[in-house]
Amino acid sequence: MTAERPDSSPEFVIRCADLEKSYGQRPAIRNVNLTINVGERIALFGDNGAGKSTLLQLISGLLRPSGGGIRVFGGQPWGHAGARARARIGALSHQSHLYEELSARENLALYGKLYDVADPQGRADALIAEFGLTGRRVDPVRTLSRGMTQRVSLMRALIHDPALLLLDEPETGLDATSREMLVQHISEQASGVTVVLATHNVEMGVSLTTRDIVLRGGEIIHDSAALGEQAADAERRRGEVTRLLTSRTG
Amino acid sequence: MSRSQQPSPPGYLGQIRILLAKELTVEFRSRETAIPMAVFAAAALIAFQFSFDLRGGTLNLVAPGVLWVAIIFASLLALGRSFSREVERGSLDGLLGSPIDPGALYLAKVSTNVILLLLLEAVIIPLAAILFNLQLFQPTLLLTLLLGNIGIASVGTILSAISARSRAREALLPIMLLPLLVPVIIGAVRATALVIDSGPWEDIQPWLAILAAYDLVFLFVSSLLFYVTVEK
Repeated sequence: MTAERPDSSPEFVIRCADLEKSYGQRPAIRNVNLTINVGERIALFGDNGAGKSTLLQLISGLLRPSGGGIRVFGGQPWGHAGARARARIGALSHQSHLYEELSARENLALYGKLYDVADPQGRADALIAEFGLTGRRVDPVRTLSRGMTQRVSLMRALIHDPALLLLDEPETGLDATSREMLVQHISEQASGVTVVLATHNVEMGVSLTTRDIVLRGGEIIHDSAALGEQAADAERRRGEVTRLLTSRTG
Repeated sequence: MSRSQQPSPPGYLGQIRILLAKELTVEFRSRETAIPMAVFAAAALIAFQFSFDLRGGTLNLVAPGVLWVAIIFASLLALGRSFSREVERGSLDGLLGSPIDPGALYLAKVSTNVILLLLLEAVIIPLAAILFNLQLFQPTLLLTLLLGNIGIASVGTILSAISARSRAREALLPIMLLPLLVPVIIGAVRATALVIDSGPWEDIQPWLAILAAYDLVFLFVSSLLFYVTVEK
């Protein structure tokens, strides 16, 4: 099943057309057709190996497609030509992307400079305060706990006020307080920010987003947008996603 | 920065400056590369000194080769860590996912490796001067070292990026690097030998020109091809 939405709005952030990605002979993403518009909140569900991380890496420009096309903010996201698109993306992945020898403040200031944030130190301090890490801001990242490191990773993704936020299982390794903080920050993102959240947590995914996409074997097997109004009900969404994730045939 | 604005990353030189500052700070804090390099090169020089009877004519013949063998093998430690550390920690993906030009990342890594090699030479040149009783503090030798360092770093950095995602990277890097460094080794050793022998500038100049041409070609081509080597 493909999940092409009618192109009613020219303000799409992501458009994938027959998108394919293979690692050697093994296909990771197959025939994905997808349009995501400005301000949409998408939950990306699927078992391990379903292609969630690969799709997010294709959107963020870390991977080049093997076939088909992908446009992010109207251009290709990878390589030299993708710099403008990547400047508007904030990504949180399984790895922290942080330098262990540097402090949280130094890591954030580094990325702030690379994203041309006007006052990188000031912005870093403000985020650190907001995420409750002021007391540890000058400690090397290697001395922080898993949860604290994940918080710094999320700050790194937010340092430049991205217009597109890609979150790959952001709740992994977080305690209840940190998870609550994460949920609060995702839900507080401005209405113009597009969020794509890959998660195994159906409850969290449905509560934070308005559209569900389920991947299996690299293909989209469900897109709640295709169901229209009937998909708006959270209970119905939760039930449908859970049914698809627990069924073998989909 | 407002979300409605089209953000633009800093300029190419600005990106190199930011990344170079990061590289040097990380190295200064970890000291994972500079100290092992210096220890390895110093041990190699001392081993050569006590293994061979390096005196008079033999010394002038062998010392340039001994010096560059120590530099090149010590450089493998720095080059091997250039990208493997970034790949292991995932920080390379953080940089490649940012709006920087991949070529700027390459040039920042090359600059870091050149600085590490210069620091190494600041230790081993005085040591070699003492061990071999040679007059090594000459401007022409400094120029030879600089051009040789750029040659080693320009090729070594891109090969380090190619091998970093491989499981056999420790073996792969020297296998790929050493054959490609043959022109650098020949040019640097010949120029160093002439400097030690107080040879005329006209004789030294062609070897330095070979090194400079090698450096320019590899820096230019590698900065253009770098993205292809680091993409997954």
